[in-house]
Formats: sequence, C-alpha cells, structure tokens
Amino acid sequence: MDLSFATQQVIYGLTLGCLYGLLAIGYTMVYGVLRLINFAHGDLLMVSAYVAFFGIIIFSLPWPVAFLGAAIFTAVIGILIDRGAYKPIRKSPRISALITAIGVSFLLENLALVLIGGRPKSFPIPTLFNGSLSIGELKVPVLSLWILSLTLVLLVIVIGIVHKTRIGMAMRALSRDIETVSLMGIDENRVISFTFALGSILAAFGGVMWCMRYPAVEPFMGVIPGLKAFVAAVLGGIGNVTGAAIGGLILGLAEVLIVAIQPDWSGYRDAIAFCIMIVILLTRPRGIMGENLPD
Amino acid sequence: MARIVSLTLTFVVLMFSLASGKEPINLGALLPMTGSVAAFGQMGWDGFQTARKIQPEALGRPVELKLSDTKSDKVDSANAVSRLIEKEKVVAILGEMISGDTIAAGDYAERAKIPMISPTATNPIVTQGKKYIFRVCFIDPEQGRVGAKLALENLKAKTAAIIYDISQDYCVGLKTFFQREFTQSGGKIVSETMFKTGDRDFTPQLSRIKSMNPEVIYAPIYYTECALIAKQAREMGLNVPILAGDGVQAPEFIQLGGKDVEGVYFTTHFHEDMVDNPLAKKYLELFKKDTGKELDAFAAQAGDAYFILIDAINRAGSTDPEKIRNAIVETKDFNGVTGKITMKPDGNAIKAMVVSKVKDGKFAYVTTIMP
Repeated sequence: MDLSFATQQVIYGLTLGCLYGLLAIGYTMVYGVLRLINFAHGDLLMVSAYVAFFGIIIFSLPWPVAFLGAAIFTAVIGILIDRGAYKPIRKSPRISALITAIGVSFLLENLALVLIGGRPKSFPIPTLFNGSLSIGELKVPVLSLWILSLTLVLLVIVIGIVHKTRIGMAMRALSRDIETVSLMGIDENRVISFTFALGSILAAFGGVMWCMRYPAVEPFMGVIPGLKAFVAAVLGGIGNVTGAAIGGLILGLAEVLIVAIQPDWSGYRDAIAFCIMIVILLTRPRGIMGENLPD
Repeated sequence: MARIVSLTLTFVVLMFSLASGKEPINLGALLPMTGSVAAFGQMGWDGFQTARKIQPEALGRPVELKLSDTKSDKVDSANAVSRLIEKEKVVAILGEMISGDTIAAGDYAERAKIPMISPTATNPIVTQGKKYIFRVCFIDPEQGRVGAKLALENLKAKTAAIIYDISQDYCVGLKTFFQREFTQSGGKIVSETMFKTGDRDFTPQLSRIKSMNPEVIYAPIYYTECALIAKQAREMGLNVPILAGDGVQAPEFIQLGGKDVEGVYFTTHFHEDMVDNPLAKKYLELFKKDTGKELDAFAAQAGDAYFILIDAINRAGSTDPEKIRNAIVETKDFNGVTGKITMKPDGNAIKAMVVSKVKDGKFAYVTTIMP
C-alpha cells in the first residue's frame, strides 16, 4: 500500500468519521444531562434529510434556506420529543425512558414510512458541494472539505457553549445533580430543551451532509448511522463532547482502513468496528475521554 | 432498531368484484412494500393489480388479493407468509420478489402445502427440493453465465472486479455463478469485495478495486447500493464499465445514480420492446394507463405470475392447493407478458434473458439471449 493510497483512505475515513461525530455529539450531550440514551437521535438525521429534500424539491427553496429550515425544524422536533415523550417520565426508572426512546425511534421511522413511502429518493446536491479536487494522485471530494470544516466549527461552537456560557454552565451543573440545580432556581426544563435543540441541530447538519455524501433518502436511513454514532459516543466517553467527536473519527477511520487494507474482511466491517469498541471499553471502561470519577 | 423488533404493518386490500355474491378466491400477495427493496414490492403490486383487472375471476368466482408486507426482511417474510396462510386462509401465494425473502417464506409455504409463485426470485435455492415453490423467471446460474459472456465478448474485458452484498442470497449466488463462468472462459477476477445491505459508504472497497485496474466491475446487487457505488466510483475517477444483474432494474436506480449510472449494463427479464402477444399488449396498455409508468421487468414478471396462477386454478377446476400445485407444474408454452413460459417439474421456468443498458436516463433494450 503506497502513501497516496493510504492518504486517500484517511480522507474517506475522516469524512465518514466526522458524520458519525456530528451525530455522536448529540447522543453524548443528552446522555450527559439526563443519563438517557436517546435512541431516536439517529432518526433526526432522517427527519432533517427529508425536510431539506422537500424544501429543495417541492418548495424550490434555495439550498441555504432549505438546510437552515431543516436545522430549525429538526431542533423543534427534538424539543417536542423531549417534552412529549421524556419529560412525563423524568422521575421514572431509567429503563422506562430507554424503552420510550426506542418507541420514539420506531414512531419517527414509521411515520416517515406511512407519510412518504419506503422508496429511496435522490438528494439534490448543490453545485457548491459537488465535484472533487485532484492533488497529484489524490482525489479530495469537495464535500469532504465541507464536512471536515463544518464539524470542526460546530464542535468549537458546542464546546464554547458548554464551557463559556451561562446555559452551558447550567448544562454542566444538571449533569451532576438535577434536583440540586432546580433548587438553585434554574429552570431545568428550559436547559434540557436547549440541550435537545442543540443536539438536534448537529444531527440536522449531519443529516444534510450525510445525504449529500450518500444521496439516498429513505425512512430507515438514520438507523445504522445512529447505532454507529452511539458506539462513537460510548467509545469517546459518553457525556464528553470532544470524546464523541474523537470516537466518531476513530470509528470512521477504522471502518474505512480495515476494508482498504484487508478487503477480504470487508464483510466484517461492522463487526470489527464493534470489536474496537469492546477492546477500548475493556481497557478504559469510561471511554477515551471519560472522566475517571466514581458515580 | 426497526429491523430488530418487527412491527406489523399489513395492508389488506379488498377489491370488490361485481360478480354477484359468489365466495371469492383468496390469493396472497407477499411483497416487500417497505425496506431496502421496496421499489420491487411496489412494482410487483402494480403488476398484480393490473393483471387482476384483466382477469378478475377464476372458476367464475372473483379473485381477491391479500397483501402482506415482508419489509424486505427475511424474518418478516416468514411472519408475513404465516399470516397469509393461517389468518387469511389463502389457497396460493404470489411472491416474494427477491431471493432471500422468498427462501425464508418458501419453507413455511412448503410445509403448509400452499403453492407459491415468485415473479423474480432468481437464486437456485428458492425452488430446490421444494414441491410447492415455483418461479416464472430464469435462475442465476444462467444469469451469471450470460453476465460473464457479456463481460468477455461485448465489453472485451479480460479482468473483472466483483463487489457484492454478503447479506443477500441473490447477490452471493449470482456472484459465484459469474465468477465460475468468467474464470472458466479465460477471464481473471482481480478483486472481490463485499458489503452488506444498508451500507452507504463504499469508498474503501472501490479504492481497492481501482488500485487493481480491472476492465469491468461486476456488481450483482440491488438498485440503491449499486447506484451509490456507481456515484462513488465515478467520483474517485474509477471509470470502467459496470455490469449488474436484474436487481438494478428499478426507476430508483436512475434517479439515485443520475448520470453516473449511464452505460451500466445488466441482465434482466423483460423490456417493453419484447411485447409480442395480445395478452402482453393489453397488459402493457392497461399498466401504462393505470400507473402512468413504463412497464418494468418486475411488474411484467408479477403479471405473469398472476396469469399463470389463474390459468392453473382454471385448469385445476378447484381451489384445492394440491390441485393448483399440480396444474402449475403442467404449464406449457403459456403466452405471458414476458413471452412464452414453460414450467419445469423442478419449479423453474424456461425463459429467455434480456440484456439492457442505461442510456439517456432510461433502460434501453440491447438484445435477447435464449439460454
């Protein structure tokens, strides 16, 4: 394997990894605050893909408007999911919330199935994101550059919000102890809604980028990326935003490199990705960036 | 998650016939209406309904089609077929469209002794050792052979790379038959990579293929993955011809692939240009009028499965599943939508094969080959 081949694979791996990372951040933030694995998170990717798709195709909106609309719509859906499905059972055992999350995931998928139908739709890719640059033997898809820089920018913004703003401080406080924080006069539901909105916006951008990279929009498109992003979040140390991004990158790179180096194993692509997770969790049970604190 | 725990979404379509108050004959339509090959299921359903309009009765009794969704999933296929047999009490079943699901459902139908006719499941295992399972299409050893011949002779390729879906019986089977034929005829397989249904990123597999410089890529897979593979291949500058099987012939293939699937060759069952008998002409006309779509191979095959079943019921003179089964086996030189069909005792049909190609955003007819 020569250098340009390897570099090429790294580019593909990073692109895929960033998409996992964008989704993983949402998982990790919700988990950090509520200790809830929001299985419906992957399906928000599908929601945003459909909104952007309909925005462009049916309402002929210019793409920036459609993409922004998709982000806002997805954020609203994220908040509604929390208010409608999770808030009423906030005080119930954690397992109830987990089952509810799976239920919401099914609801979204099948709602899309009934309303829109199961046949995949092609996603219109704006020319700005199309094509690829040739550097020597390397082919760098323009979209990869967009995905990489968007992920970086969004990651910086999220970290900034979590660590530098009052609402971020409230989020961090909630992740320690919800009851005490609400006793301090902080409206916990407002903070939780904000967390869902922020996570959903990331999922929305992830979704739009995902279907420009892999242009087949269908009701179950969020299932596999959602699962992978969950792995990425666990890998990085669930609850940690930077960890989620790093987990995503590791997963994306591992998946691509394994297949590129050892094509005979390409059928075991997912198995290997999950094995990596098991190995990392065996050596570092709290994930790569997870804090080593007792509960 | 949805595939792990299944949900039941079944459509029961009751089409009321004008034919008095006679007790209807219930036939099952086992189709992938949702999931990864939903396009095939919906094409099949369009086909059954058009066929039913032409022949709404058998034995003077109205025919009712009970639709059951397999969600393009093997486990759900088994559930869907048991529902048709146990709950809807169907006397025969039409479906499924793809091999893996038909194999899964076939076991159940075989044990229940309910005859089942698949329009398009091409893997040999579908009918192997089964007395009640039939198909009205060719089988994959033939398709693989024609594919290899096409690669060697028409595309003048000496080396080929294969990319296929390891989670689909159809893809694994067709890949094996192509491989055997291609290497026996002097070709060389330089790369063999795989993925599984639902995968969306094929860049590492394709980079590997690119580094091996094959003269043709054989992709015996379904339309969504094949379209994305063509896109990602062209994007990385991998411009060799792509050759596929009948699994790509859905409108989605062209919608998803756009200009990147131009020039893709594939072996298939049917092309509109083949229509040559009165039933086929009537069917083509009605299908276009009702759906406003081109008549594709899957709908045409579905039509034939329906017509052959009705023909068998009429010849059997009874709705007893055993008698229907015996009548299906005796089908000989039936003039169907896709041409003359003769059923062999092993459950397979003797059929011609069509080679098509994507040209100017359409499926264009290339040639017909009689195996």
